[in-house]
Amino acid sequence: MEKKPDTHIFDYKTLAAVLCGLLILTAITVGVSCVDFGKLNVWIALFIASLKGSLVLLFFMHLKYESRVLVYSFLSTLFFLGIMISFMFWDVGFR
Amino acid sequence: MSSHSDESGKKLGMWLFLYTEIFLFGGLFVLYAVYFARYTSEFVAGGKELDQLFGVVNTVILLISSFAVAASITAVQRNQQKRTLAGLGVALICGLVFLINKYFEWSHKVANDIFPGSEKLAEGPEGQNIFFGLYYMITGLHSIHIIIGMVLLLVSLVCVKIEKITPTRFALLENSGLYWHLVDLIWIFVFPLFYLVV
Repeated sequence: MEKKPDTHIFDYKTLAAVLCGLLILTAITVGVSCVDFGKLNVWIALFIASLKGSLVLLFFMHLKYESRVLVYSFLSTLFFLGIMISFMFWDVGFR
Repeated sequence: MSSHSDESGKKLGMWLFLYTEIFLFGGLFVLYAVYFARYTSEFVAGGKELDQLFGVVNTVILLISSFAVAASITAVQRNQQKRTLAGLGVALICGLVFLINKYFEWSHKVANDIFPGSEKLAEGPEGQNIFFGLYYMITGLHSIHIIIGMVLLLVSLVCVKIEKITPTRFALLENSGLYWHLVDLIWIFVFPLFYLVV
């Protein structure tokens, strides 16, 4: 069942575990940047950054337990950001 | 019940504002991406000039500060005023240390004649000039956000102290926290783009 918004409180242990995860991912992204994968490096860095961003959004920003209004409005923001990014590359790529 | 809907309305308003912030920085990231594709080698050379240690330390500082703010929101809901204040205090100190690091980092760059309009950049390759232009623009705008976030956290801290923020009414603290986390979120993307380009 979906939990009611505004009533969920994260305990300190969960938050500390999220912090540990974020620190580990930071170490991984620094470590990976020392290895040359060519073009892949940027994508790996962005992938790890997205994982870290998801942790911050879901736990620190409480999105995991927010109402549907917030979750869907956030996802649509990402969707429109995606449109902006892809149209920009479409334009620049075919000039 | 009416106070409940009020609180969630304030939160929705904050999120709507955060969406505009995402687009503000999103636009700058697109700019970075387009120029990175055009001047890849200059961007890589520029990234090597940045001190990775500053980037890593500032990332860790911001992550810890975000944890402290999230913990302070848990504390306020559990009616633990001292812990709430401690969490906010830690976050404020982290913000201050971040800015001090940034000051040292920027002054080192300026001493090496790397700043917008400097001779070295004006006469060097175009891609290098654009890289450092974006570096100052994005990290500068981000630092302004850190300062605004610190003001919001400080106001929240005072309100907790004078008990204007209570376990049932803490929208100001929650919204300041959301803003702070967004600033952290943006840094999570700034860090690899500038400090880890290879």
